[in-house]
Amino acid sequence: MHQDKKRTKGSSLMRGLGAALLLMVPALVFGADAPPPPNKGDISWIMTSTVLVILMTIPGLALFYGGMVRGKNVLSLLMQVMIIFCMGILMFAIYGYSVAFSEGTNQFFGGFSKLFLKGMTGDSLTGTFSKATNIPELGFFIFQATFAAITPGLIIGALAERVKFSALLVFIIIWLTFAYYPIAHMVWFWAGPDAYTSQAAADAVFAHNGFLFNKGALDFAGGTVVHINAGIAGLVGCLLIGKRVGFGTTALPPHNVPMTMIGASLLWVGWFGFNVGSNLEANGFATLVFTNTLLATAAATMAWILVEWVVKGTPTMLGAASGAVAGLVAITPACGWVGTMGSIAIGAIAAVICVWACSGLKRKLGYDDSLDVFGVHCIGGIVGAILTGVFNSPALGGTDVYDYVANAYPDPAAYDMGAHVISQLWGVGVTLLWSGIVSLVAFKLIDMTIGLRVTEEQEREGLDTVSHGERAYNN
Amino acid sequence: MKMITAIIRPWKLDDLQMAVARLGVQGITVTEVTGYGRQRGHSEHYKGSEYQVEFVPKLRVEIVLDDTSAEAVVEAISNVCRTGKTGDGKIFLAPVGEAVRIRTRESGAAAA
Repeated sequence: MHQDKKRTKGSSLMRGLGAALLLMVPALVFGADAPPPPNKGDISWIMTSTVLVILMTIPGLALFYGGMVRGKNVLSLLMQVMIIFCMGILMFAIYGYSVAFSEGTNQFFGGFSKLFLKGMTGDSLTGTFSKATNIPELGFFIFQATFAAITPGLIIGALAERVKFSALLVFIIIWLTFAYYPIAHMVWFWAGPDAYTSQAAADAVFAHNGFLFNKGALDFAGGTVVHINAGIAGLVGCLLIGKRVGFGTTALPPHNVPMTMIGASLLWVGWFGFNVGSNLEANGFATLVFTNTLLATAAATMAWILVEWVVKGTPTMLGAASGAVAGLVAITPACGWVGTMGSIAIGAIAAVICVWACSGLKRKLGYDDSLDVFGVHCIGGIVGAILTGVFNSPALGGTDVYDYVANAYPDPAAYDMGAHVISQLWGVGVTLLWSGIVSLVAFKLIDMTIGLRVTEEQEREGLDTVSHGERAYNN
Repeated sequence: MKMITAIIRPWKLDDLQMAVARLGVQGITVTEVTGYGRQRGHSEHYKGSEYQVEFVPKLRVEIVLDDTSAEAVVEAISNVCRTGKTGDGKIFLAPVGEAVRIRTRESGAAAA
């Protein structure tokens, strides 16, 4: 619709001059080598992505898990997710951001230069994946804070319906400090693209980049940092806490599958913030990351229910919800490294392997990973991480890894898939070992002091009344 | 007085209610129950866990009335709730010692 705006020839010239003057202001104010001011589109996108990840946690993950437990325990899951989220945010502000994302003396832990977000204001800047392109550092902080706050929430699925609330919160504090922050640092901390002015400059920053970053392990949005990390912690936890009372003999079906579907849908939608926000810029490449996330998840959902249909006779809503999550987990490390058709393959392959992990493997090994934290997040994350090394290949539609010294992509013919997969296996292996050991020590210490599990009587009564003095449904 | 307790398929309730209303029955109580007789349940599967669900949802319908009307009502319920397949349900009759209408304090058959 055209408004009756009157435009004279002179006023458009004035607007052009004005725009040119405006563009010169940063150079006039900051000088010739000034960091370029952030693009408002990029700032909008990092904030929007952050909101989407918050939505993934509250209420996405909460409802996803809540629907899968029995009615007498639903509040306990909702509480655990929400309170862990709040704790995670605060811890990240106080010291987590500094430990994960500031330069340390080694490749494993950051330093304390950003304790209490020291020195960070609305004008502080941080780099992206493009040279001479910054976003507000607080934007990066809030985004990463939501990651640090959702990841521990994943673990609770393995301990559902029997963990003591206080014990869980203490575990999360220890695990975030000694597993999440260092692994985030190892995988994601680097000097930034602007430091790579020459090979000598690249070599100089190597010693302070993260250990796994230096190994070439690719993890665009957190396949290792979030999913394998939380997944193995979940497995260790469910083995130590033991099976639920009645597991194997009593039916323990989900009390509200529609609630789980709502949660899974919120997770899928929010995940576009999780994956595409990890691009740190709202540019053309971000739309590829979006596409990959969309395709992989759709493929995974279809694959999961097709397996169910053939093997079990009926496709289920719970299966569709789980398939979607499995696909999302698998595409998380890959979304910025692979092509669109590669994403479809990754989603489908991960879903099929995860279906087996949540049924055959689980039954064979006999552990009670109540909400399949290991089966979906750890296994899905491992599959996704390895396939990232495969489908990153230009021959398979991938992007390969940009060379910031040469300012170009490498020769496609030179792609060494073996070397890439080995780099990915470094990420997988170190994360499994590091997080597994931290979790083992933490769970054991807690069990020996305050106790990890409620009593059998309390478990039969239900955690909602026992731990929270509330009933979810009062009619 | 007799109490008729009928365990029926849930979707048969409307048919039952209309049939007994035609015979002059003015009071009825319905509860949701679960159980089985010869009709067994089915299997459900939730992400790798398979459950054999033995219990089947039913409705329990209770009607208290005088002895003379009881037989006709039992017959009517039986006819209207029959499908011929396992799971049609059962009807039990039991004697009732006393009945009281709370509002008027009437007792005996007048209160049933």
